[in-house]
Amino acid sequence: MNSATIIPLFVIIPLAAAFLISLVGKFIKRSSETIIFISSLALLSFSLYARFLLNSSAGKIMIYKIGGWTPPFGICMVLDGLSCFMLITVNLIAFFVAVYSLPYMEQYTDKPKFFTLFSLMVCGMNGLIITGDLFNLFVFLEIASIASYALVAFGTEAEELEASFKYAIMGSVASTFIFIGIAFLYSFTSTLNMADMARVLSNKQNEWVIPFVGVLFLMGFGLKSALVPFHAWLPDAHPSAPASISAMLSGVLIKTLGIYSLIRIFFNIIGATQGYLTVLMFLGAISMIVGVVLALSQWDLKRLLAYHSISQIGYVILGIGLGTPLGILGGLFHLFNHSVFKSLLFLNSGAVDYATGTRDLKETGGLGKLMPVTAKTNLVASMSIAGIPPFNGFFSKAIIIIACLQKGNFGYAICAVIGSILTLASFMKVQKFAFLGEIKDKFKNIKEAPFAMLFSMVCLAIICIFGGLLLIPSLRFFLDDAVAVILKGTGYAGVVLEAAAK
Amino acid sequence: MILYFLCLILFCVGLYGVLRKRNIVKMIIGLGIMEYAMNLFFVLMGYRFHGRAPIDAKDQNILNMVDPLPQALVLTSIVIGLGVTALVISIAIRIYEKYGTFDITKIKRLKG
Repeated sequence: MNSATIIPLFVIIPLAAAFLISLVGKFIKRSSETIIFISSLALLSFSLYARFLLNSSAGKIMIYKIGGWTPPFGICMVLDGLSCFMLITVNLIAFFVAVYSLPYMEQYTDKPKFFTLFSLMVCGMNGLIITGDLFNLFVFLEIASIASYALVAFGTEAEELEASFKYAIMGSVASTFIFIGIAFLYSFTSTLNMADMARVLSNKQNEWVIPFVGVLFLMGFGLKSALVPFHAWLPDAHPSAPASISAMLSGVLIKTLGIYSLIRIFFNIIGATQGYLTVLMFLGAISMIVGVVLALSQWDLKRLLAYHSISQIGYVILGIGLGTPLGILGGLFHLFNHSVFKSLLFLNSGAVDYATGTRDLKETGGLGKLMPVTAKTNLVASMSIAGIPPFNGFFSKAIIIIACLQKGNFGYAICAVIGSILTLASFMKVQKFAFLGEIKDKFKNIKEAPFAMLFSMVCLAIICIFGGLLLIPSLRFFLDDAVAVILKGTGYAGVVLEAAAK
Repeated sequence: MILYFLCLILFCVGLYGVLRKRNIVKMIIGLGIMEYAMNLFFVLMGYRFHGRAPIDAKDQNILNMVDPLPQALVLTSIVIGLGVTALVISIAIRIYEKYGTFDITKIKRLKG
């Protein structure tokens, strides 16, 4: 068999793990922990191996045809530069979050159920990334969404249920809009294969259908990725979940469900015109400023981080909306960096919560002496998100700002700089009130978090420090291949159909 | 054509329920109506009047056939809708246990 047989494993492994955990997790002690560790480690190594295989494959694309049906019939799974980039990001974060959850989830009652839902969420995201069929994308999107609704409500306290209800209602409405968009596209092109759809669309005269569908998708995926007019659910939903799930939601879920699908549909299927790009840039710039301004006044540590997610998503969308090679490179690089440092920040907040039982910045203080590892990794992540050299956040933000200037959008460049300064201000607040200063009496006896939690945080901090190295020429293929897929636009159709015909 | 308009009206009824109702059970019913409207719409897209199922058999010449693909997709979508509804209703039950009310204006402990 050829190397493409590796592709369906990204769906099979988490699905099998979810099934096994729900089957035996209750009866055999420690089985759920073992299964989740092995499956996430396997996923991480397979995604790195897939990157290696992709380098040696012809045309940098691999296609797996389910049931042997050649596209446009049947469902195919496509692994190209962009999918591979997203796969590595998702599985990297998922692995560290899984390791972190092993001790962290002790405070909740039902670990096997948690790991089942966690695996299902990873399965949904991986499937969404590798699928080449538009309806299949919708199905995986719903798998990931439903798992995340349930995970937000996992603690079943009053606030968590309220946040989860809000998130579920808004998410379902978004899914409805996406479904109607797919229905329109299907009736217009009479195909569901993404590559074939792009081919048909480029041959057909554009009527009112395409702008209408574009608006539907922008609403749907904009809601899933929490761009500013659609952001109301995020600051409630992300802080309410257990810290490890907040890290997954903010780190990768909004990016896969929102940004990746948006890129795939707008650039590779519909074909991005200047109109769409202008809308994306505008939404990105608004999200950037509104998110960070709202974050400044927050006192709940996780809520503050959630608002920063909105702001940082704005940077990613702005970079991609520029449409120039440099802008897209900056956007994708920031996507990767943000998933690393935002997960790290949420894991830190989880460690603070684990040790002290509170995450209100007015009550904490002086934790730096008692929790040195958490404090140091938090400092690294804070400086990364604020864009201080030489951490990874600096490079991606610098690239986005340079790309703005190159294209002559000075206003957006200024917005990006202001957003960055305000981010720095709000993270100085976190440092001051959480880790510096005098320790309160009631926290005199707290201990540093357990080893597995520290392991995840330290590894992510190391990636933060050395993330900038992805820009050196010998490692740049990781980002450049993803950028090449986006820049190819609707040429994606030709590449996929040609590779599938072999 | 009138069928599509009725579909749109059904969708708007559902959307009204989600956006304007204060009782969370009514919101969930609105969500259900929205899902039914979009499923109906998708099936209608593949439907042909006086058409028949495209089953290939000997000495049969099918001229006017119904597109079966939307029906298969809608079946999947109905199952997804069932999952979401079940989850949302169970959350609603737990909310009632915690807050003692279904009124959305009284369920607001989160702020900011």
